[in-house]
Amino acid sequence: MTTAPPDVQFGWAGLRDGFVQCVPVALGVAGYGVVFGVLAREAGLSVAEATLMSATVLAGAAQLIAIELWADPVPVVAVVGTTLVVNLRYVLMGAALRPWFRRIAPRQAYASVFFTADENWALTMGELRSGSRLGAFLLGSGLAIWSFWVAATVVGATAGGVVGDPSRYGLDFALTAVFLAIAVELWEGRSTLAPWGAAAVVAVATEALLPGRWYVLCGALAGVLAVVVRRD
Amino acid sequence: MTDPFALAPRTVGVVLAMAAVTYLTKAGGLWALGHVDLPDDAETALDALPGAVVVSILAPAVATAGPPTWVAAGVVVVAVRRTGNVLVALLLGVGAVVLVRGAL
Repeated sequence: MTTAPPDVQFGWAGLRDGFVQCVPVALGVAGYGVVFGVLAREAGLSVAEATLMSATVLAGAAQLIAIELWADPVPVVAVVGTTLVVNLRYVLMGAALRPWFRRIAPRQAYASVFFTADENWALTMGELRSGSRLGAFLLGSGLAIWSFWVAATVVGATAGGVVGDPSRYGLDFALTAVFLAIAVELWEGRSTLAPWGAAAVVAVATEALLPGRWYVLCGALAGVLAVVVRRD
Repeated sequence: MTDPFALAPRTVGVVLAMAAVTYLTKAGGLWALGHVDLPDDAETALDALPGAVVVSILAPAVATAGPPTWVAAGVVVVAVRRTGNVLVALLLGVGAVVLVRGAL
């Protein structure tokens, strides 16, 4: 495990440095936020509801997946269950922060991790591993992500409300396109082939056989099993 | 179109439940590492989860769609790999789906 300097500080310097260094990254995140806002509106959420989701959940992939699963009435178990499954990776990311966060007050640590997103977590790990003592860096960079993400959601959801029939502009394909882009970025080469193949086959079969959204969890489980089995 | 300021109780409830489970995962690693040891397999499995979920969502949607979606999906994949820019890929894909639908 990486060792942390004993004098990790939680203060303004880290908050400011984290925020400033994360602004360029947050601009990229804002692009996703606009897309999320538009699609949330298409799925039937109001501007207020989409904004509430961005402000309290703050997890891009999980929010887009929730929108994909959204229906009237909302499938509560599928949406909340899939959110949990997609976000389980945060457990590992939080664990990686522990050497530094055990040196600051628990309330500072537990408040900071709310603002964990993939992008600012990576930035923070880079900063801390290079010997930084800035314990508030995650909070600062997270506040940059949070403010851009929430503002972009408002913009997207407001704009989404004035678009008429989504299929006329190909907007019904936009969510598929976003997931394809996410998949390309998650692709790690040939080792990804087996789990993704298993996930795809099981998801297609389950979708044909079972009602509702069980195919997401069944496919994901098959993919993960394929990885674990291959390692043994 | 829904009222922009509407806050339906059921929707708010689902959103807050999503927020709660997300926070549990974000805080969980901080808490758990001091109390339980994660086996190596669990780490590999958690790592593979996001990709497996995304593929599980995509596969049935793409498989049951028609040629316009298949062509546009190819455009998106090539565009992301070439440009690394999600928004550019998104615009090209949406443009492709409109074009192919119009041509058929």
